[in-house]
Amino acid sequence: MAEYLVCSEDEIADGGRKVVACGEREIGIFRVKGALHAWHNMCPHRQGPICQGRIYPQVIEPVDERQEVRTLQYNEENMHVACPWHGWEFNLETGRNAGPAKYRLHRAELAIREGQIYVVL
Amino acid sequence: MDISNKDRARELPVQQIDVFTDTRDILAHANRAAKKRGFEDWLICDVDAHHTETISWHELVQYIEDPVIRHQAMLFHDEKMGTASYGLNGDMGLKYQDVGGRIPHQAGIREKVDDGVHRDVTLSRRAMSALGVDYMVLFPTPMLTLGLHPQPEMEVYLGRAYNRWLIDKVLSKDDRLKTLAYLPFNVPKEAERTIEEFSGQPGVIGFCVPSVRHKAVHHNDYMRIYAMLEERNLPIAFHAAYHWQDQSLATINRFLGMHALGFVWCNMVHMTNWILNGIPERFPKLKSIWVESGLAWIPFLMQRLDDQYLMRPSEAPQLKKLPSEYMRENCWYTTQPMETVNMKALQLTLEMINAESQLLFASDWPHFDFDLPQEIYDLPFLSEQAKRNILGLNAAKLFNLDPTPRKTL
Repeated sequence: MAEYLVCSEDEIADGGRKVVACGEREIGIFRVKGALHAWHNMCPHRQGPICQGRIYPQVIEPVDERQEVRTLQYNEENMHVACPWHGWEFNLETGRNAGPAKYRLHRAELAIREGQIYVVL
Repeated sequence: MDISNKDRARELPVQQIDVFTDTRDILAHANRAAKKRGFEDWLICDVDAHHTETISWHELVQYIEDPVIRHQAMLFHDEKMGTASYGLNGDMGLKYQDVGGRIPHQAGIREKVDDGVHRDVTLSRRAMSALGVDYMVLFPTPMLTLGLHPQPEMEVYLGRAYNRWLIDKVLSKDDRLKTLAYLPFNVPKEAERTIEEFSGQPGVIGFCVPSVRHKAVHHNDYMRIYAMLEERNLPIAFHAAYHWQDQSLATINRFLGMHALGFVWCNMVHMTNWILNGIPERFPKLKSIWVESGLAWIPFLMQRLDDQYLMRPSEAPQLKKLPSEYMRENCWYTTQPMETVNMKALQLTLEMINAESQLLFASDWPHFDFDLPQEIYDLPFLSEQAKRNILGLNAAKLFNLDPTPRKTL
């Protein structure tokens, strides 16, 4: 098991990220709703740089009581990262694909000690 | 606690990829994958990649042959504000390929280029190097809907200008860059003139009919074109595209659905006419390539046409074998966008089209659904020879290219 020092905790603000190389592996560390989440920078689709993609709220289409729709909306409760290669989207907190749950990001372990963030591989 | 450098994570220089990111950074993972798979020793031909010719439109219009149209086009670009490129039809602002900014390289490639050659040479070289490609066949992008232009002569003016400009500014600067020259198919006499003029020019390895058009590929007017290409042993490609104004797509409200069907439908119609009217019987040595429709449509059409043909052979009297047999013996296909969610279906598709000899790798870079060479390499059901054929050797044979790999990874 190896540990890699990333940065101090306060360097990643809410909504922010840091994408780093730990030896041969690349890890993206994101802060969402105050909590840190780390993912391998490897999209399960074609191994694209998922953690370097743009972040969007989940897109939803509310259906009213008549089963009719009117607008698309953002759901800020679920923040997604979109792979810049082909657009596959994943929830930043759960790592789940925006569509079928069988597609997931690979989580990386973090350790926080004395205000410093470490990636544990 | 002491932390040595080897235990420090290194921050990547690009934290978020956007339209200004260098192609080599966007495709860094692809380059690593190419090295890991030893592509240095594999010939890889990318039979369908793109550039955005409209970025250079002010330059390209100077190659228009007609002096009056050329003058108009140059003034248009010097003086007119807030318009699209001179003479181009198409879908104007309905270009949602980048999924609302999620796929930045599709929206724009705005990285710095200062190599002293045309930007399209530099950008293509960067993509080839990152993907591990030896030869790249370039196609235009917005011009792919010129076949629906209300002025058929505009396809002639712009198609010829494009061919001349591309050869002069791009293809003649790097012999690893190739094209299938634009055929102004709506004006058959001019298409014949195009074949006469551009056969043998630097980088021209065949000719391309952009598929979005309402012209019957079996019309007698085209027989001379097919004969000329067959005599010269030059392939004809039908390059698919979408066009949302097509009435058959008029009810589709999502780009996803329109794009999924549009890019296939145009080639399904042309292929149906191509086969049922016996073009492969009349021109048995003419090689047709079906570009950018993916692969899943082919087994469907093979089965559908075979069943219907056996019930109604009197309507296709030129055929001596099943439609599917012509489709697997006389036609070549590019891979992209290769449907991979159902591997069993893909395996059957590759068997049905005789992929070992008929399939040509294509990336479609820099478009949103681009593919990488590793996708062919990683297929679990192909022999190494089949992979080598699909990735490059089939194309080398078809286009008469030197099969020795030329890239440096």
